[in-house]
Amino acid sequence: MKERPLPAPIAGKDGFLLKVGLAEMLKGGVIMDVTTADQARIAEDAGACAVMALERVPSDIRKEGGVARMAAIKVIEEIMKVVTIPVMAKVRIGHSVEADVLQALGVDYIDESEVLTPADEANHVWKHGYRVPFVCGATCIDEALRRIGEGAAMIRTKGEAGTGNVVEAVRHMRKVTGDIRRLTTLREEELMAEAKRLGAPFDLVKQVAMTGKLPVPNFAAGGIATPADAALMMKLGAEAVFVGSGIFKSEDPSNRAHAIVRATTHFDDPDEVLAASRDLGEAMRGLEISQIPEGELLQARGW
Amino acid sequence: MASKSAKSLRANYCKHGGGSLKIGVLAVQGSYALHVKSLLACDVEPVLVKRSKHLEGISGIILPGGESTTFHIVMSEDDLLVSLKTAIQKGLPTWGTCAGAIMLGHGEGIPERWNLIGIEVARNAFGRQVDSFVALLEISKFDSLFDGVFIRAPRLKVVAPTVTIMSTLSGEPVMASERNILVTTFHPELTEDLRVHQLFLKKFCNWNLNE
Repeated sequence: MKERPLPAPIAGKDGFLLKVGLAEMLKGGVIMDVTTADQARIAEDAGACAVMALERVPSDIRKEGGVARMAAIKVIEEIMKVVTIPVMAKVRIGHSVEADVLQALGVDYIDESEVLTPADEANHVWKHGYRVPFVCGATCIDEALRRIGEGAAMIRTKGEAGTGNVVEAVRHMRKVTGDIRRLTTLREEELMAEAKRLGAPFDLVKQVAMTGKLPVPNFAAGGIATPADAALMMKLGAEAVFVGSGIFKSEDPSNRAHAIVRATTHFDDPDEVLAASRDLGEAMRGLEISQIPEGELLQARGW
Repeated sequence: MASKSAKSLRANYCKHGGGSLKIGVLAVQGSYALHVKSLLACDVEPVLVKRSKHLEGISGIILPGGESTTFHIVMSEDDLLVSLKTAIQKGLPTWGTCAGAIMLGHGEGIPERWNLIGIEVARNAFGRQVDSFVALLEISKFDSLFDGVFIRAPRLKVVAPTVTIMSTLSGEPVMASERNILVTTFHPELTEDLRVHQLFLKKFCNWNLNE
């Protein structure tokens, strides 16, 4: 791919509007993890609204161990070449140079992801400094608001990636939406103390208390493996879903990908979710969360 | 002459004597929730369209921003693809924003286009997300500028003389209409400004504010 002059970040409201704007366009859709151009094509043909380019899917990272980094440039480039839908890619938490590289390459969204091995144990990337939008994982409202404070234009649950077990994504989605509901019940004079307790930026705490929602789209990720899992997350308030290992670690990726897209659109229509759930072949093998040693939980990365 | 036939076409769809005006928003994927919010702010009744049965009783439809390939694939599972296209052909007032415009126009590649408006629409023609931008637009009959939010926007090329260009950016059309169809390559639903929604409701759906 030829080098391109890089446009400067657009300061202020317009810049953030454009970042959130793309997330708005992805709503109601499924973003699929892919590791090759062939998989990206299968994802697009199945109706994915975007793909996430990475080197190994989370379940392989979990199995094989080692340091997980940004995907190889060649792989990302090939994926960008074969699909017309937006292409996202992951950087390690705090790795601003991996982010610089992906922005220069022209990916459409960057996921500062706990699935990769963190590069900075104290700081996340300062995302306001980029023109490309970022998505970050969160397990609760204060984590979400810290990431938004740094410039994230989309929040997703962390879930527990690579397990095919949706329980952690459900926990995080319920926690975030429950936290939001609780904030809306507080009185004005209680918000500063609450911001202090949460360790979250006051202005954002106040905004959530007033509007009853996150200031950016709220998506689900981590452990989604079936059409019913995707519909469940939508029902719990997710505005779109990410599916990682769940598709290309299943018996029939193309069929399953299509079924998950269908169930996400029609999450509130049981007949459609039923139809989407038929004849899918084996799902990926799941992993019980309690069997993962605590030090190996991906969701504990980031803060 | 074109406007006359457009009027009679619309008459078929605009029988909303009394009661609130129902406007569909294609809701298979994309920015449909924002269009719903804008329609509610205009005081009309939004109807989410996910299946062909949801087309009943609507006086117009908005095809939102999103991914046109996803729209096409999800709609193909149901008879929605065929019934929506037929309804638009029969005169259902329709506004396509970005991905919606792609479906309605002509063009090569995926997804398959409907050729319902005389415009060629090239996808992602301004580049990738880092090339997305905001530009102030002059829109005909608006008394002040409009914030045009362009996200991985398509480019329009008018190929039929019956198409009316309503706004341009650096000489290229970004808003145009023909008969019952309006297209914009920008996203009014991302702003608080309701003027394009109101224009669609008034000029295309025969909506009367004082009704």
